[in-house]
Amino acid sequence: MGEKELMESLKSSEARWKERVLNPVLKRFPERKKRFEASSGTEIKQVYTPLDISGFDYINQLGFPGEYPFTRGVQPTMYRGRFWTMRQYAGFGTAEESNKRYRYLLSQGQTGLSIAFDLPTQIGYDSDDPMAEGEVGKVGVAIDSLKDMEILFDEIPLDKVSTSMTINSTAAILLAMYIAVAEKQGVPPEKLKGTIQNDILKEYIARGTYIFPPDPSMRIITNIFEYCSKNLPEFNTISISGYHIREAGANAVQEVAFTLADGIAYVEAAIKAGLDPNVFGKRLSFFFNAHSNFFEEIAKFRAARRLWAKIMKERFGVTDSKALKLRFHTQTGGSTLTAQQPMNNIIRVAFQALAAVLGGTQSLHTNSFDEALGLPTEESVTIALRTQQIIAHETGVADVVDALGGSYFVEYLTNEVEKDATEYLKKIDELGGMVRAIEDGYIQKEILNSAYKAQLEIEKGEQVIVGVNKFTSKEDKPMKILKIDPELEEKQKSRLKKLKKDRNNEKVHKSLEQLKKVALDNKENLMPYIIEAVKAYATIGEISNVLREVFGEYTEAVIL
Amino acid sequence: MTELSLEKLKAEDVKEISKALTIIENDPIEAKKIVGALDEKDYCVIGLTGSPGSGKSTLTDRLASLFSLKEKIGIIAVDPSSPFTGGAFLGDRIRMKRTSRNDNVYIRSMASRGKLGGLSPSIYDAVELLGRCGFKKVFVETVGAGQSETDIANLADIVLLVLAPGLGDEIQMLKAGIMEIGDIYVVNKMDIEGASRLKSRIEAVLDFSNHRKDVILTDGIKGTNLEELARLIEKELQFLKESGKIDEKRKKRKRFNKLNTVFQELKELPDEAIDRLVEELKKLTGGR
Amino acid sequence: MGKKIKVLIAKPGLDGHDRGAKVVAMALRDAGMEVIYTGLRQSPEDIAKAALQEDVDVIGLSILSGAHMKLCPRVLEFMKQYGIGEKPVFVGGIIPEDDALELKKMGIFEVFGPGTSLEKIIDSMRKIVK
Repeated sequence: MGEKELMESLKSSEARWKERVLNPVLKRFPERKKRFEASSGTEIKQVYTPLDISGFDYINQLGFPGEYPFTRGVQPTMYRGRFWTMRQYAGFGTAEESNKRYRYLLSQGQTGLSIAFDLPTQIGYDSDDPMAEGEVGKVGVAIDSLKDMEILFDEIPLDKVSTSMTINSTAAILLAMYIAVAEKQGVPPEKLKGTIQNDILKEYIARGTYIFPPDPSMRIITNIFEYCSKNLPEFNTISISGYHIREAGANAVQEVAFTLADGIAYVEAAIKAGLDPNVFGKRLSFFFNAHSNFFEEIAKFRAARRLWAKIMKERFGVTDSKALKLRFHTQTGGSTLTAQQPMNNIIRVAFQALAAVLGGTQSLHTNSFDEALGLPTEESVTIALRTQQIIAHETGVADVVDALGGSYFVEYLTNEVEKDATEYLKKIDELGGMVRAIEDGYIQKEILNSAYKAQLEIEKGEQVIVGVNKFTSKEDKPMKILKIDPELEEKQKSRLKKLKKDRNNEKVHKSLEQLKKVALDNKENLMPYIIEAVKAYATIGEISNVLREVFGEYTEAVIL
Repeated sequence: MTELSLEKLKAEDVKEISKALTIIENDPIEAKKIVGALDEKDYCVIGLTGSPGSGKSTLTDRLASLFSLKEKIGIIAVDPSSPFTGGAFLGDRIRMKRTSRNDNVYIRSMASRGKLGGLSPSIYDAVELLGRCGFKKVFVETVGAGQSETDIANLADIVLLVLAPGLGDEIQMLKAGIMEIGDIYVVNKMDIEGASRLKSRIEAVLDFSNHRKDVILTDGIKGTNLEELARLIEKELQFLKESGKIDEKRKKRKRFNKLNTVFQELKELPDEAIDRLVEELKKLTGGR
Repeated sequence: MGKKIKVLIAKPGLDGHDRGAKVVAMALRDAGMEVIYTGLRQSPEDIAKAALQEDVDVIGLSILSGAHMKLCPRVLEFMKQYGIGEKPVFVGGIIPEDDALELKKMGIFEVFGPGTSLEKIIDSMRKIVK
């Protein structure tokens, strides 16, 4: 039987099944809901058959792992060769305490460092700035100058670890500090491995640690791309993030669409700055969320890989296979964690992590169960790490590549996610590109609508959250929460005061003047000048303020 | 007069002004009493209208900031109330970063409350209150959809019609005759492609209808040409004063305030009462 | 027409997570209230000033960065300074139990932790304005 006849025959079989088997049961036992939906609103039926993926073309839609369009995975052996990197995000308080925590995690089997910075550091304020009051060391480590960075990496050999830094607006400054610390250790820049998040567009959309308006921010980012492609070839210069966009309330389709749209904007900016996408394309990496709807998440990762490969090939004419690959880090969805019955979170995280692994992630962070309430304790962070280790070593899922490939349901969902995301990309192009769409507030409005819809479903009980709106228990036992030492802010402020006295202030002043000039002229790459300033022990606030003077500050869009 | 202190109002106390505006929004009768108890003062109302996304709030922020160097400035930002729930999301303060930290500027958000797409019914009294409390210029910023353009023409001494390239609305505006109400035309977001073309189109339309009006390119975010725009506003104000046209505008504002108040009262009446009123009116006006 | 409940929703400090604040703002709007949303990066002084100028009935602060113990008292201080210390302040976000008790002692009216329903927030606001 040819394909067409097969489908015809299947169609009539399905019709017969519906009439004879399904409908009689539905009459007597209606289903739990009138309509079952994935997060994106795509309807989910009882069962999926070849009819749902008619026209399925294995070679062009799936291909083999490690080959275009990479639907099944970016490497041929995936976890049979090497497990994903188990990379737990950490950092809090002072550089000394963070350094201790990093050394602990490395000793426990963690294979890469992931650094969290406090909000003043992320937004370019020194610890003694009035805007920093109450925020120093709270959500991550406080770094005011190179001095703090030196303490942070004390006795951590930068040629042996891979470091991921969650830093965006001030990425150039922190990267400059990393390079300077390595230099002091005798490690040349070409040996450095790691990632800087450096994704400003998602800051405007969902995360809020922006400083400058979009255009100058894109300049800084492309400066970083250029500098690293020449001097730090092993360093990933951007982690185009969907995680935060999802946390802000986007659904799975929006997460993919808006993340790839950001990616398109960065590639366009880099090409405009004269860089070759075949080269810098290899150093782009992505960062996704692992959310609750298990199969939709797996489909999402596969669709993202296929769609990005197509975009790079067809839209940008990239030919180097390595530059077509969507490599990504995943974090389990923080917003799915509950404060009520917190131990339930361990199970949530386990399923989300499993979805990420079945989706082919390159590295993974699993949340700790107490994170709805505060920064994780050592105990909870260990359980989170063990979750990954159990998946890796005991479940067998890492022994095969893309286990769910060929599932009628998963292939259908993968197609749907790709289709719906492509619709969004078209709309964004019509609006004049991602930067325009963000300035108009279109992206933020779409996300807020999804967030509101999701919240109403929870309130109405249509979406059950175990322990919160169903299966609740009386007063939970109060949990041990990690508190930040309140003296920390004062200690950091006095350290800063001392630094400003001890350093060569003339050198600092000169380096800042130079930086200002280069920023204004807009002819040279900013990186070497930022590195000079950093080596002179100019503070993050001082460097950022020079750039603020030149570039101005961003004001958020109003969304009605 | 309810718990307000007339003394404090005359002293231009901010808390009292805020309380007074709330009463004005909720009670049109009280509103007239409060405003009536204060002396009339010389002030100017500048209206900004135009499509959402044209950058009105940013321009208002910049202009108010410039003028605030010499005098007290008031800003009223109007946003639409939901016709279904009656609630409103008032977010214009977000774009007013400069002026929200400026002690010489007072910012108040108002919901349109029932006036579909238009200005708030109490806007006239609100503006008058600010004028009588020492604010030399009161900016009124509206959504710019449907009725509010014509409302703003009745309210303001000077209307700035703000457009931006790529919003595609100049055609609608041309059709609806909206283009007539602007005193100064501002093409904002001048860094976007199409800005100069838009300016030329507007100038052509104005030429055709024989209107002598200024059209200016601005960049609200960078601040380009804002000082020039401020100068145009002062120039227009000067012209209105010298020609006596400002008195006409003020008369018009007062008249529309009266009409508006009457209409608000009428809205509340049951059908029979309205029918009877129409009968009485016919008798009064000789059956027109 | 009737008097509408006016609420100020503000994000003090450097915290950039505004999903909760915006969702609450939309829910309050849909419940018929007029919501003034200040956006991110508001200093305590900015917030008190906005509350003063807008003559709101309730102030809602959203803080998820852990800086609540510093920021909340500062907001209350400025409110007192501006003569509007009597206006009720609600705080939503990531606030541990013992901090919540402290905050209430300081004068914060109510603390809403993660998982609080929109219905509860709307009800609380309606009750306090009566």
